[in-house]
Amino acid sequence: MGFFFNLTPFVPLFPLLAFAVIILFTHRNNRLSSNIAIGGITLSTVIAWGIVAATIAGGERTRTEGWQLSIPWLPAGTSVLDIGLAVDGLSAAMLFMVPFVCLMIFIYSQGYMNLGKANQDPRYARFFAYMSLFAAGMLGLVVARDLLFAFISWEVMGLCSYLLIGFWSFRNRNTEDHIDEAQVDRAKKAGLKAFITTGIGDVLLLAGIALLYSYTGTLTFRELFQPETLAALQQQTLLGMPAVTVIALLIFGGAVGKSAQFPLHVWLPDAMEGPTPVSALIHAATMVAAGVYLVARTMPLFIAGFDYTSAPALYWVAIIGAITVLLGATIGLAQDDIKRVLAYSTISQLGYRMMGLGLGGVVVGIVHLLTHAFFKALLFLGAGSVIHGMEHGHHAMSHHAPGDLAESREDESFNANDMKQMGGLRHRMPRTVWPYLFGTLALVGLAPFAGFWSKDEILGEAFVGWQHTLAIDHHLLVWLAGTVGVFLTALYMGRQLALVFWGRPRHQAAAQAHESPNSRTVPLMILAGFALVGGFANAPFLGSPLHHFMADIHQASHLVNVAATEFNFVVAGMSTILAVTGLLAGWLLYRNYQAGQVEPFKRYLGPVFTVLERKYYIDEFYQLAIVQPVVWLADQVFNFDYRWVIDPFVNLVAAIGRWAADISGVFDSVAIDTFLVEGVARAFNAAGRWLRYTQTGRVQNYLLVVVVTVLMLVGLYLYL
Amino acid sequence: MGIPLYWWLAVAAALFCLGLYGALSRKNAIGVLLGIELMLNAVNINLVVFWRYITPQALTGQIFAMFVIGIAAAEAAAGLAIIIAAYRQRDTVVVDELDMMHW
Repeated sequence: MGFFFNLTPFVPLFPLLAFAVIILFTHRNNRLSSNIAIGGITLSTVIAWGIVAATIAGGERTRTEGWQLSIPWLPAGTSVLDIGLAVDGLSAAMLFMVPFVCLMIFIYSQGYMNLGKANQDPRYARFFAYMSLFAAGMLGLVVARDLLFAFISWEVMGLCSYLLIGFWSFRNRNTEDHIDEAQVDRAKKAGLKAFITTGIGDVLLLAGIALLYSYTGTLTFRELFQPETLAALQQQTLLGMPAVTVIALLIFGGAVGKSAQFPLHVWLPDAMEGPTPVSALIHAATMVAAGVYLVARTMPLFIAGFDYTSAPALYWVAIIGAITVLLGATIGLAQDDIKRVLAYSTISQLGYRMMGLGLGGVVVGIVHLLTHAFFKALLFLGAGSVIHGMEHGHHAMSHHAPGDLAESREDESFNANDMKQMGGLRHRMPRTVWPYLFGTLALVGLAPFAGFWSKDEILGEAFVGWQHTLAIDHHLLVWLAGTVGVFLTALYMGRQLALVFWGRPRHQAAAQAHESPNSRTVPLMILAGFALVGGFANAPFLGSPLHHFMADIHQASHLVNVAATEFNFVVAGMSTILAVTGLLAGWLLYRNYQAGQVEPFKRYLGPVFTVLERKYYIDEFYQLAIVQPVVWLADQVFNFDYRWVIDPFVNLVAAIGRWAADISGVFDSVAIDTFLVEGVARAFNAAGRWLRYTQTGRVQNYLLVVVVTVLMLVGLYLYL
Repeated sequence: MGIPLYWWLAVAAALFCLGLYGALSRKNAIGVLLGIELMLNAVNINLVVFWRYITPQALTGQIFAMFVIGIAAAEAAAGLAIIIAAYRQRDTVVVDELDMMHW
């Protein structure tokens, strides 16, 4: 089994090769391109699962120390920056999920981008190239041995995220007759927003990495987490805190950006402008989980010397996580766009993971990451199926009334993503509704679905931790936020289910919606299977197998050593009751909702609902507090450049130059040209005019001149 | 050596002046040529006389005179040929009328 480890480099390499081949050679052949992408990720999946099997078979030593490969990458003077790959229990757990979810989504995308149909996406092959590059980045991060390679992969993912969010900002005007200009504009802005917002986090992360390297001279995880290295980092003081805490907070800054935590969460909902498979893969299952993975990976830095006042790295992780859970869940209550609800749900669930990590629980965070990846990818793909069904229905509607074709094209009120125009789709899309229901139950955390186990583990750990201290600390905070979050999650998912699948169609398109073909529903069903059973991988009554698989990776640092959480009936019972209540409440309030009515939440919550609908005005606040000042500053700089200082100065210099040139030109034309150049010529001309009379052409004249001249010379010689 | 040097020089000068006068005043190109020959021969007399009176042991003066006679013969041949060619071309041998080499 061990030889699978030697194939580790190929895990990120195959998708990378697929990207290169598609971009360079096969981008004209759409079917071939997507098959290459799927082939690449399939090979990665096979190898990755081989590695998982080898890790399981390898016993404890393989799980904790694992396998590694180091390549001297950048020799810089006396030190060499190494880059490398490593596999241990944590990587292996991720390697089980990432390539497989990628594969499911790639297969789904083939149908989603309408391969071989009339409305096939004009940049179909490019889509698969980007997706492959993204897969390479994510897999690279998972098998990274050091922060350097992790950062490179991290940025590759950021780039792909940007490209794919803005994927529909380049619609080809020649091949498409109907272009939604507003959507193109939104896609452009969303891509930029994501890139810039995560960029803030990336800068912090890079600063953290640079600091770490300057203190320790290494970026390899295993060397960093040696107890003596961590102790040395604790001794150093920076900004009134131990250096290790500053570094941990900077790394967490990177994770806040990538994992869409408050206050950098604003990009994720807008990222839903991208194609739905992108939302599922990048913005639900993998890339947004990268921040969680990175924090889990560098957990010893967070824990080193932790206390609430002087080294509060972990505390902040928990606080930010708790804020994000409540923020995402409450905003999710008031959104109408089916994908945006899921996006806020993702933000909220990412908050759960951060809370889990904030308790020092590497395992609980990662387990929730894994289960969430499956069921949130499932929910997004289901939403994509619903959206396609709605668009199909809208299309069919136009066909049934050919005379109204032009009119229905003008139907601006139709929005395939708007849940308020759906309704009753469980009859129209019977193969989508069941997987979607499974995903929902997993998300709200009802036993035995995956989310139940992973979420309750986080809450249980918080509750048990609080019982030990009975103080108002981060354990209590996490438990309260998490428990309220469970209710809110159930409430918005109940609302969504009732609006989308139950009730009566509220738009003609919903009444004529079509079920999606197998290429889309089969991945849904496979993922639904995982949503059902995925949680058992770490179920307490099975002995928490995943826990033992991953928990010991930070053993070497002697800091992280959390025992597996006991199953706690108080916690589980409470969250189950809240989840059922929430689902029922959402369903009861919204099942009879009619088009045009004021929606129930709005009736009961009033102005609070408006605040939620407008997402706490955070976007507006950023617009006011950051974007506008930056734009203003840019304007001033522009004015400084073009109007006030630089350009006028340049023009002044130019004017002086021209003036000097004019003077010099006059001098040239008068003094040099007229007097010297032309003057000499004129003098010679005049002299020639006079002297030519001596050239008579008569031989005897010339001879006479000679004689006279000689006589004169002789005379001069004789008498002088 | 009865005859003193300056007599010979006087004869040569007279001959040169005759030649010069002829070269400057004759209208006929052949006359001009004749004048030039006279001047050359006056020079020859000078060369030979100076050799005989001043450096009789060296042969330079005599040899120089021989070269001048040879060159004068060649010059007469070339000059006459030019005059014949000019006559054929312009129907005249009057030097004042052969004045196309001017501005």
